[in-house]
Amino acid sequence: MKNKLSLLASVIVASTAFTTTSALAAENTLDKVLEKGVLSCGVSTGLPGFSNPNSKGEWEGIDVEYCQALAAAVLGDKTKVKYVPLTAKERFTALQSGEIDVLSRNTTWTLHRDTALGLNFVGVNYYDGQGFMIKKDLGISSAKELDGASVCVQSGTTTELNLADYFRNNSMSYKPVVFDTAAQTSSGFDAGRCDVLTTDQSGLYALRLNLSDPSAAVVLPEIISKEPLGPVVRQGDDKWFNVAKWTLNTMINAEEYGVDSKNVDEMVKSSDPNIKRILGVDGPKGKSLGLSDDWGYQVIKQVGNYGESFERTVGEGSPLEISRGVNALWNQGGFMYAPPIR
Amino acid sequence: MKPTTSEAAKAPASGTSLIYNPTFRSVIFQIIAVGALAFFIYTIVNNALTNLDSRGIATGFGFLDQEAGFGIGLSLIEYDETFSYGRTFWVGLINTALVSFLGIILATVLGFTIGIARLSSNWLVSRLAAVYIEIFRNIPLLLQIFFWYFAVLQALPSPRQSMSLGEAIFVNVRGLYFPAPVFEQGAMVVLAFLALGIAATIVINIWAKNRQKLTGQQTPMLRIAFGLVIVLPLIVYFIMGSPISAQYPVLKGFNFRGGISIIPELAALLLALSIYTASFIAEIVRSGINAVSHGQTEAAMSLGLPRSKTLKLVVIPQALRIIIPPLTSQYLNLTKNSSLAMAIGYPDLVSVFAGTTLNQTGQAIEIIAMTMGVYLTLSLLTSALMNLYNRKVALVER
Repeated sequence: MKNKLSLLASVIVASTAFTTTSALAAENTLDKVLEKGVLSCGVSTGLPGFSNPNSKGEWEGIDVEYCQALAAAVLGDKTKVKYVPLTAKERFTALQSGEIDVLSRNTTWTLHRDTALGLNFVGVNYYDGQGFMIKKDLGISSAKELDGASVCVQSGTTTELNLADYFRNNSMSYKPVVFDTAAQTSSGFDAGRCDVLTTDQSGLYALRLNLSDPSAAVVLPEIISKEPLGPVVRQGDDKWFNVAKWTLNTMINAEEYGVDSKNVDEMVKSSDPNIKRILGVDGPKGKSLGLSDDWGYQVIKQVGNYGESFERTVGEGSPLEISRGVNALWNQGGFMYAPPIR
Repeated sequence: MKPTTSEAAKAPASGTSLIYNPTFRSVIFQIIAVGALAFFIYTIVNNALTNLDSRGIATGFGFLDQEAGFGIGLSLIEYDETFSYGRTFWVGLINTALVSFLGIILATVLGFTIGIARLSSNWLVSRLAAVYIEIFRNIPLLLQIFFWYFAVLQALPSPRQSMSLGEAIFVNVRGLYFPAPVFEQGAMVVLAFLALGIAATIVINIWAKNRQKLTGQQTPMLRIAFGLVIVLPLIVYFIMGSPISAQYPVLKGFNFRGGISIIPELAALLLALSIYTASFIAEIVRSGINAVSHGQTEAAMSLGLPRSKTLKLVVIPQALRIIIPPLTSQYLNLTKNSSLAMAIGYPDLVSVFAGTTLNQTGQAIEIIAMTMGVYLTLSLLTSALMNLYNRKVALVER
């Protein structure tokens, strides 16, 4: 009897201890990543240009490159990333529950998500806006003519809400056809289930590539919403939030000061104090972030600056051929602006 | 004789501790087990609440009153973007119930037909039934749903090239459109006569059965029913001056407007669910019929009953006792499988409420709990109904 009672007591103690440690462990993502030696990164289930597996099965895209940059900064090796493909619906739960360390999955920054969902948006790595794609043979040139249309849309996105707002504001009616993944949405549009496909405009160009006849579809000029897309981390873990934020800022700053993956080794010897601070030769280095001093160098050396990443994945050098537009640096007419590293 | 031995065993010997009393001990251990379980559940709930709170994630059911702000493709109750998240729950629930209910009916009819065909003495019919069962039972349901959705969808024409039947019924990639009845003044009289006719038929049917039991005389029920249910309302319809007209679907802009439409997602899901479940029901029906002793059939034959009546009056009533319990679990499976609707965009509970609503509000625990509660309730209701029916057909032992 005594034995059994003490067994029961120890189970209770152990379970209480377990719950408290699990609560504590969730608060320090940086230590968790360093200990495991791998960064767990939530990506999409396949959106060309943002996060999509290539023909060799390797993940690529601008969101994937952010994960690689973060891994390079924290672990010094951009390959130490475990990619977790998530649908729009699964993404926040996966981040909240600690299944992934960072969510880099073309996610729109909104007030509700930033607060009530217990998340923190790291910044913006792509300024987007929602658009419409239609079949050319419908002969429509403006979104204002879409009254009565069936619209294919992906479930659990801000797109779904903007769509409802837009049609309501313009007193038009529509029939939503809601799919779970981008690929299903696009195949529904391809099969003719709906007249219109709506998502972020970059996504429209990406999905158009996979249609059976890409030239038969056309993207309408209207942009009906602001969609600042960026990586997300959990709320309440400021240390990890800082690391994630400054990795993105470093990539943008590096572009501004002309540091890229090819010239980074010469740039280390540069006399420009801005560049020295970016590469960790001088200035605050990595101590305050809990990283090694050369973290900035590793990010640029292994992944590259923001401009390189953009061109490779979604820009002119990629099949999507999206121009920089508003995603250019602030001093070149765009919105990309990072606080200084000093 | 003195019953000393048994008395001595019952009463605990004075002076021994309660611990050595087996009854007492078992009660104590059960209390401890329940307590440990309660503590375990409390810890889980408390842990979840603490962690949600410490991460600043909103909790509670307040979100149900907020405006939803998204559209739903199919709703049997009034709904638009301005309704609340709570309303999306009901829209999803009703859509799930709709597809489950229709699916159960279709699967039962199809399953019984195939099951009986499987036992047919006609070689071709029984082989075809066997092929049907083996194909649809062995392919995963999700693939079948995709097949019906994409294969059927690809084959259908666009709205502007719709296939039509007499310019009243249209089929295209957006769905099936047929005329909707429009009730004008006086229509209620026609409907009232229709209801009256049906009620009268039922009453006369009961009376006719009793008469047959008592006197052996048969009543021409078919003719009476035809007169009461079809001819009578028709006469009234013309007397009232044709008060029911049809609203035809018309191609306007992108789609047909007006009339009644069935969206292809519903059609594909319904087809896949009922065809898949019917293959299981067919096997259940076959096993049930096979389990009825062959002597019963022989006895019926020797009484001179024809084959169809043997099946209807002798075999099936006995087979039902064996069929009902496994049939219930097939019905439950069908209801639960309807949640695969999400894959093709049919707006069921999982797609609308545990999908879009969950993502817009982020309150996973509350929403998933509610969704699980719904499936549990639907399943328990179905099995309660089936148990009632089972009790009715069960063997009455005397």
